[in-house]
Amino acid sequence: MSNTSNETIEVKNTTCYMCACRCGIRVTVKNGQVKYIQGNPEHPLNKGVICAKGSSGIMKQYSPARLNQPLKRKANAERGDSEFEAISWEEAFSILEERLAEIRRTDPKKFAMFTGRDQMQALTGLFAKQFGTPNYAAHGGFCSVNMAAGMIYTIGGSFWEFGGPDLERSKLFIMFGTAEDHHSNPLKMAISKFKRDGGRFISVNPIRTGYSAIADEWVPIKPGTDGALILAIIHEIINLGLYDREFLVQYSNSPHLVNLDENDDNFGMFVRNQEFKADEVHPQDQQWWDRNTNQAVDTHTEGADPYLLGDFKLEDGTPVKPAFQLLADRVKDYTPEWAAKITGIPVQTIKRLAHEMGITARDEMIELPIAWTDVWGNEQESVRGNPVSFHAMRGLAAHSNGFHSIRALSILMSLLGTIDRPGGFRHKAPFPRPIPPCPKTPNGPQGIKPNTPLGGMPLGWPADPNDLFVDEKGEAIRLDKAFSWEYPLSVHGMMHNAITNAWRGDPYSIDTLFIFMANMAWNSSMNTSEVRKMLNDKHENGEYKIPFLVVADAFQSEMVAYADLVLPDTTYLERHDVMSMLDRPISEYEGPVDSVRVPVVPPTGDCKPFQEVLIELGSRLKLPAFTTADGERKYKDYPEFVTNFETEPGSGIGFLAGWRGKGGEKFMRGEPNPKQWEMYANNNCVFQYELPKSYQYMRNWNKGYLTWAKNHALTRYTDPILIHIYSEVLQKFRLAAQGKYAGKQPPERLKERIETYFDPLPFYYSPLETQLSDTNKYPLNAVTQRPMAMYHSWDSQNAWLRQIHTYNYLYMSPKLGEEGGFDDGDWVWVESQHGKVRCMCRFSEAVEPGTVWTWNAIGKAAGAWNLENDANESRQGFLLNHLISEELPAGKHGEHMSNSDPITGQASWYDVQVRVYKAEETDADHSLPQFKPQKTVPGQAIRSKLVAFFAGGRK
Amino acid sequence: MTQLALVIDLNVCVGCHACVTSCKQWNTSGDAGPLPDDNPYGANPTGVFFNRVQTYEVGKFPNTETIHFPKSCLHCEDAPCVPVCPTGASYKRKEDGIVLVDYDKCIGCKYCSWACPYGAREFDEHDKVMKKCTLCVDRIYDQNLPETERKPACVMACPPGARLFGDIHDPDSEVSSAIREQGGFALMPELGTQPSNHYLPRHKRKIPIHEDELVRVDSPLAKEEKKDYDEGSASLEDSASW
Repeated sequence: MSNTSNETIEVKNTTCYMCACRCGIRVTVKNGQVKYIQGNPEHPLNKGVICAKGSSGIMKQYSPARLNQPLKRKANAERGDSEFEAISWEEAFSILEERLAEIRRTDPKKFAMFTGRDQMQALTGLFAKQFGTPNYAAHGGFCSVNMAAGMIYTIGGSFWEFGGPDLERSKLFIMFGTAEDHHSNPLKMAISKFKRDGGRFISVNPIRTGYSAIADEWVPIKPGTDGALILAIIHEIINLGLYDREFLVQYSNSPHLVNLDENDDNFGMFVRNQEFKADEVHPQDQQWWDRNTNQAVDTHTEGADPYLLGDFKLEDGTPVKPAFQLLADRVKDYTPEWAAKITGIPVQTIKRLAHEMGITARDEMIELPIAWTDVWGNEQESVRGNPVSFHAMRGLAAHSNGFHSIRALSILMSLLGTIDRPGGFRHKAPFPRPIPPCPKTPNGPQGIKPNTPLGGMPLGWPADPNDLFVDEKGEAIRLDKAFSWEYPLSVHGMMHNAITNAWRGDPYSIDTLFIFMANMAWNSSMNTSEVRKMLNDKHENGEYKIPFLVVADAFQSEMVAYADLVLPDTTYLERHDVMSMLDRPISEYEGPVDSVRVPVVPPTGDCKPFQEVLIELGSRLKLPAFTTADGERKYKDYPEFVTNFETEPGSGIGFLAGWRGKGGEKFMRGEPNPKQWEMYANNNCVFQYELPKSYQYMRNWNKGYLTWAKNHALTRYTDPILIHIYSEVLQKFRLAAQGKYAGKQPPERLKERIETYFDPLPFYYSPLETQLSDTNKYPLNAVTQRPMAMYHSWDSQNAWLRQIHTYNYLYMSPKLGEEGGFDDGDWVWVESQHGKVRCMCRFSEAVEPGTVWTWNAIGKAAGAWNLENDANESRQGFLLNHLISEELPAGKHGEHMSNSDPITGQASWYDVQVRVYKAEETDADHSLPQFKPQKTVPGQAIRSKLVAFFAGGRK
Repeated sequence: MTQLALVIDLNVCVGCHACVTSCKQWNTSGDAGPLPDDNPYGANPTGVFFNRVQTYEVGKFPNTETIHFPKSCLHCEDAPCVPVCPTGASYKRKEDGIVLVDYDKCIGCKYCSWACPYGAREFDEHDKVMKKCTLCVDRIYDQNLPETERKPACVMACPPGARLFGDIHDPDSEVSSAIREQGGFALMPELGTQPSNHYLPRHKRKIPIHEDELVRVDSPLAKEEKKDYDEGSASLEDSASW
């Protein structure tokens, strides 16, 4: 702190939250006002850089869209009218305490809590579990759960928080559709360095913007067909023998023998040595066919050399094939010629991509002089790697065929021998994890009891049908129907169906819907116009179909207008936060990293950190984790909770991994340290542990690492995490659908669906919506992207960022204009089978001609986010979500199936088929649909006509 | 004589706008500030930015390039904005070549913005003075800052490190060698303004594939050929009498 000429200057380190990247920032505060936010040069994630959003944090802090007081909907006002009265926190808490205590006493599942991109799932998940409701999820189900599930069920880790491309040592980098606002700074830094070091960067994407702009080659692809491309590349790689055989033999289930006796209940399962004790996380009871002795042997038998291809007969006559042979059989017809027709990519390009990948992987092997020991006890002299790396996100994930596309990608990465090796894909702690990871939901209604914590986790990782969370009829127990036979592996929940299901009362009606930081009345919902009606819909007796709606947010989003109770949150500069190892930490390839936020300015108005709201509610409701044995409040506030909370008494595991133990001498595991916050604050708000080099690679099979991870409570097992080229987990569900698996069976209507989609090997199918659309009438794919200078819907209230993206166009090939008789900049209708939107078109040569696209969430409802009613966001901007349904047209699998991946429940944002045609001048002079302007709420700052920001006052 | 400048690497610029808003936040509260924003929450918001990113498409599908092009004052060696200024407010510093505006002398006549062929000047309608990029002159000499931070805010922020800063008259500087070795170019050199800021072009990396390298003799497929295990079966060895 310095004082010159009556100026007070303070500089504090904390963590950014303008997106989910979580860069370290250094904030200069002058006379109490934020003056400058720079990247913290000492932070491992961003090393001093900062993005457009991070640099605009000032305008978020001082935005007139901020909510400053708790609010209650006026008695006579309708939801959506945005008519509120300010109330005290005491009144807000009393209302909640009374209501929630009654729900918890009677039927805890009638309380549903869903949260957006909140970065505090460790706490929100704990609260829901302690409350006893299964109806909790964060935004993952409508974001990128296919990426998480597809990869984690295959290689035990996934992109972004849990792993990524090792661009430091890679030579060839292939990126599939990736949101430009995610993991953005580390990726920008890495791609730049990669290019400067001479790496080759290929982007597969229907659109060429952002990262793709600087790719050495852009491969335009039709949306939703990535799976076909990847399977054809696998076809070519296998045919030419460009796979890493040694890697596949030792580290994957490729050579494991699969039972192919169709009359056997174990058809499609790995054959097992019966003398081994069956243990699903322990693969050593499976078998190889040894070419030296020409017989089945236990896997990893010393001296054995298994076949990857061929067909064999066991002594008892059972026909078997190695899993790899089944993969080869599967991709036999997935030729480049086949894929070219589907993807729109020329045959020669597909072949060349495969050759570039295969040859680079084979001929550019990296060998690092790092000795390590594998789980089978073999001392290895070096760590080897093949320098081909990949990154992908929602471009693959947000389709109803995304899970299998991503399984295919994970398998391709494995064939190239690039898993947790230099130059390829590398894990970040707490990954890799067993396949699947251990946490489980309750598996039946008995998991929910009044006044009792949930008998399992609200979200988990089913390993077989018996882990499903279904009732005795095999139907859903959760409101969103996650973990039911409809979407068995919906490991992030299905928030996108929560409102529709609650409104319809299917599977049941609820009482209170608690939404934190998710804009469900706008860009976070599919079918937005209808969802807005549902939020306001009443029974004939005048009662709301969703009786009580609570919204916690820092800003006046479209969702706020529908709340019965509004709880004003702080900004990220005003509170304590943790980026916890129990949630999604910011780990690096070299070892675990977690971090914190500390307040740099006091809360504005009467807003309160949401964490404090949960601690207060948890204490008032006497949830066990928040109260002492005699029912007293356990934690004064959130910082005290973080310091002292342990997952179990004496476990030594808490929200933060750094500076544990009484004096801060321990990490990962240790007693609570009263000075832990201080120690984080003194260390750039970040704790980083660098593993010994010998533990930094091959972690799925690295004895040293796995033992270390077990000793430091990161995992429970030290068994090898073999790559699931062939997924026995999926086969178990298929067998159940065929009546061949002991235990839970799918309801009749879903048997064929489960049998089809739970294929143990990846396959390609058209997205479900496409299958159910008239593609002659709606020939175009419509997708959205998010720009680098905006995060979700968050930044239209930001005076600086909204000048970069004030409204959005629908980008398309000029050919569409030629055919449709309209010009660049004209108003057009974009129409799907679910509805139509009036918007302005912009011709672009940087988009695959069968695709139209726009920036997501730039369009806003009039008056929301405290923008003026005539702001461009609502007059010229538009939201594509009106064209996308949250449910598929009724069909044989059910009347109200979610518009989601049939395996994971991932929202299929990018499956929608549309047509585009000229709009008449007489329709309107603005975008459509329009909504009644949203009013400002009590306590909001006045919008000024001029901002001439000068922190701390002008000289 | 020193000439400070930015060299912007279009080969790695992803168009993220980090330079745009990091510039804005530093300068609005700095010596050149404020940088006002009109109608910040209403229709057609418009504000003063010293640095903007433009995006262009070049070529026809599928051979399209998307170019992100950050642009700010180029600090020309022969800056046309300087001689047209009637009051001497617009000037070029001898010591480091930075082109600045002395707000106390500026009468807001806008001659300089008419003279600038690059559109790099920004008029503050409220203070009625011309404003522009200062290369963060209030940072780069600040002895209170660590030496590594004595750089323009945009350079510090740029995530891909696409913005280099230094003296283009010093042949040994990072910026001079980047211009020399990577084909750095100036904008509209035909005008004779000799812009100090330079741009580095895109370049493409290819991996040549030789047909005869596709399959190697040690292809793993060879490993999969079945051995002849029937060693005990009959052969000529058993019955021939040659």
